[in-house]
Amino acid sequence: MSRIGVFVCHCGLNIAKTVRVSELAEFAATLPDVVVAKDYKFMCSTPGQEMIANDIREHRLDRVIVTACSPLMHEQTFRKVLAASGLNQYLLTIVNIREQVSWVTHNIDEGTSKAKALLNGAVNRSRLLMPLTSRVIDVNPDVMVVGAGIAGIQASLELANTGRKVYLVEKNSTIGGHMAQFDKTFPTLDCSACILTPKMDSVLQHKNIQLLTSCEVSEVKGFVGNFDITIRQKARYVDHDKCNACLACTEKCPGKSVSEWDEGLAKRKAIYIPFPQAVPQKPVIDREACTFFKKGKCRLCEKVCEQKAIDFEQQDTFSTVKVGAVIVATGYDLMDTRDLIQYGYGKYPGVYNALEVERLFNSAGPTGGKVILRDGKEPQAIAILHCIGSRDKNSYEHCSRVCCMYSLKFAHLFKEKTSADVYHFYIDIRAAGKGYEEFYNRIIEEDVKFIRGKGARVAKSADEPDRLMVEAEDTITGKFIRLPVDMVVLSPAMIPRSNAKDIARLFNLSTDKQGFFMERHPKLAPLSTMSEGVFIAGVCQSPKDIPDTVAQANGAAAEALTIVVKDKMELEATTVMVNPASCCACQNCVRVCPYGAPFFKEDKGVSEINEALCKGCGLCASVCPTGAIIARHFTNDQVLAEMEGLMEF
Amino acid sequence: MSFEPKILGIACNWCTYTGADLAGTTRLQYPQNLRVVRVMCSSRINPSFIFRAFQLGADGVLVGGCHPGDCHYNTGNLYARRRLAVTKKILEFAGLEPGRFRVEWISASEGNKFAEVVTEFTGQIKALGPQTKFKIS
Repeated sequence: MSRIGVFVCHCGLNIAKTVRVSELAEFAATLPDVVVAKDYKFMCSTPGQEMIANDIREHRLDRVIVTACSPLMHEQTFRKVLAASGLNQYLLTIVNIREQVSWVTHNIDEGTSKAKALLNGAVNRSRLLMPLTSRVIDVNPDVMVVGAGIAGIQASLELANTGRKVYLVEKNSTIGGHMAQFDKTFPTLDCSACILTPKMDSVLQHKNIQLLTSCEVSEVKGFVGNFDITIRQKARYVDHDKCNACLACTEKCPGKSVSEWDEGLAKRKAIYIPFPQAVPQKPVIDREACTFFKKGKCRLCEKVCEQKAIDFEQQDTFSTVKVGAVIVATGYDLMDTRDLIQYGYGKYPGVYNALEVERLFNSAGPTGGKVILRDGKEPQAIAILHCIGSRDKNSYEHCSRVCCMYSLKFAHLFKEKTSADVYHFYIDIRAAGKGYEEFYNRIIEEDVKFIRGKGARVAKSADEPDRLMVEAEDTITGKFIRLPVDMVVLSPAMIPRSNAKDIARLFNLSTDKQGFFMERHPKLAPLSTMSEGVFIAGVCQSPKDIPDTVAQANGAAAEALTIVVKDKMELEATTVMVNPASCCACQNCVRVCPYGAPFFKEDKGVSEINEALCKGCGLCASVCPTGAIIARHFTNDQVLAEMEGLMEF
Repeated sequence: MSFEPKILGIACNWCTYTGADLAGTTRLQYPQNLRVVRVMCSSRINPSFIFRAFQLGADGVLVGGCHPGDCHYNTGNLYARRRLAVTKKILEFAGLEPGRFRVEWISASEGNKFAEVVTEFTGQIKALGPQTKFKIS
């Protein structure tokens, strides 16, 4: 005999509008073993929680059912109420009548009857629940940050400053990310390098940060508090311990390739540092471009290196790092605008994407900061096309958020550096941010022309064959426009990294419709993920500007710290156990478990479970032919009882 | 009165259950015939759960898990996929109409897909009529 209390929440009108909550409570009171059933306006409020706590004591309840929102919302809240009232927290059952009932119907009869069925199932299951004891594990104090753009750099510095050891993993040979490519930042027109490079240098100097450039995560094992992460150190062909960064090798090297940092607008050597302020200031060899690797002779770099740091035999190496928490800050790619053939990117030399334009403005860029087109001329008329691939159901539905502002910044810089006429082709100007609207107003005053209409097509001008023609509909005048220009700037969609899916699989992250990493809750847990102990920051979560990215990085650092600051932490008790009496020693469980939790105890001839490794998925329980494995909190009996209850109504 | 089927859903916590929550948060409307049991992973689903559901009078059973390759537990849904494919064969061999048992991969961001699948599946079960083959009255 159980003593069950049922507590039905109205959630204001969120539930009460399409479920007759008092009828549901009356119904609950008729079910066997239910000794008290009540409904209340906001069960999660303090009075609501106190009501449950009082009833637990007054009615000596040994099971509690809260009929409210999704367990993913408030299961922890109500578990705490049970624990504080002296009841084991696993004796709580949540019935989800908001997300999965009241919000998905307008029909109060249907809503009420479905809620009754769910509640009936819950009462059945509740009776069979067992008290469980949480596992306490040791927590590794260190943190890994993946991606060393501004988000990763900021998070690493914050964590390192608290005294934590941070492993900062970067796939490129330098840290800095996209921000290092920018010339100025909106709306303040700060020089991007001037504000970023001091931080990059701090990373290098920080005694608590171990910088792992030219590295990639190749395997993630373990779980929150105890991750074992395998890092692949890609061969650099330069021994960075010996290299003294004299860079004589880069001067002598005859091999050339396009510079990724200059977005292909300039060349770099085969042995190179990506840009003058790169961190670390030590070169790597690009195997694809190296004369020795291609033709078997050259080795000029080796000859000039006094430190004997060049090592053509170097191989990729693997090492494992143990950390307690992880921050993923892997950034974004720009959409490849060649896919949108109407804009002529890659076909007409006068069409540029936004990152290329950043490099044109930059004094360390391919043109020394002058706005000179690929044909060597200075443009007389420039069109900036907003929303290329974003806010477009044919490509990416999302708004990339920063394009309006950097496009305005471009207009300012074009006006500063050229005498060209500058035209914006836009859908709306989105200038929500501190100082952004003011910046927009300033640019309007700078004799920049705004045409409200999305650029539809870029073509060769019919009259002047060396010029381009932008076509659009001006939605204010309703007229079709053909504008001759010399330069077209595309503001492309910011999209997930091409390898975002691989990263998601490594760290067990979900991705949203666009492919960005999904947060645990869009409002209240924007930096956490479904993978406990793994946090996200920056554009890998969704497009955002530098201030928001930095704020997120600080937040993610604080979240990671809340885990690693403790020596020990509690894990869910919902693991599996083996009943040795019915184990038939088939070892199916040992074979299927991805975590290696079940192991075969030779001397006893039965399987046992290493609970520290078990994540509670229940796979082994389903492959166990004799039912010897019991998935705690999701036992066969519990699941079947719930099903029976659901099917009665 | 028109036939209102009872449909049992079994959804994994990380993808389909969360996707179902998202359908609610975005106020998508779908028929109320589905009652969902939450499990941590689709691999937890023992074929006996499915057989039992039909014995209990379920007119249809819908299982939802993470997309293959995206399982929260790495490989769980790959086992589920094979096991449930065999389960479906056995059910149909034993005389159940094809179409009463369905497995769908619905991610946490696919609230739309959840609502669409439930709507479509409910319509299909309504067309099939009450399930009597396995029901123990």
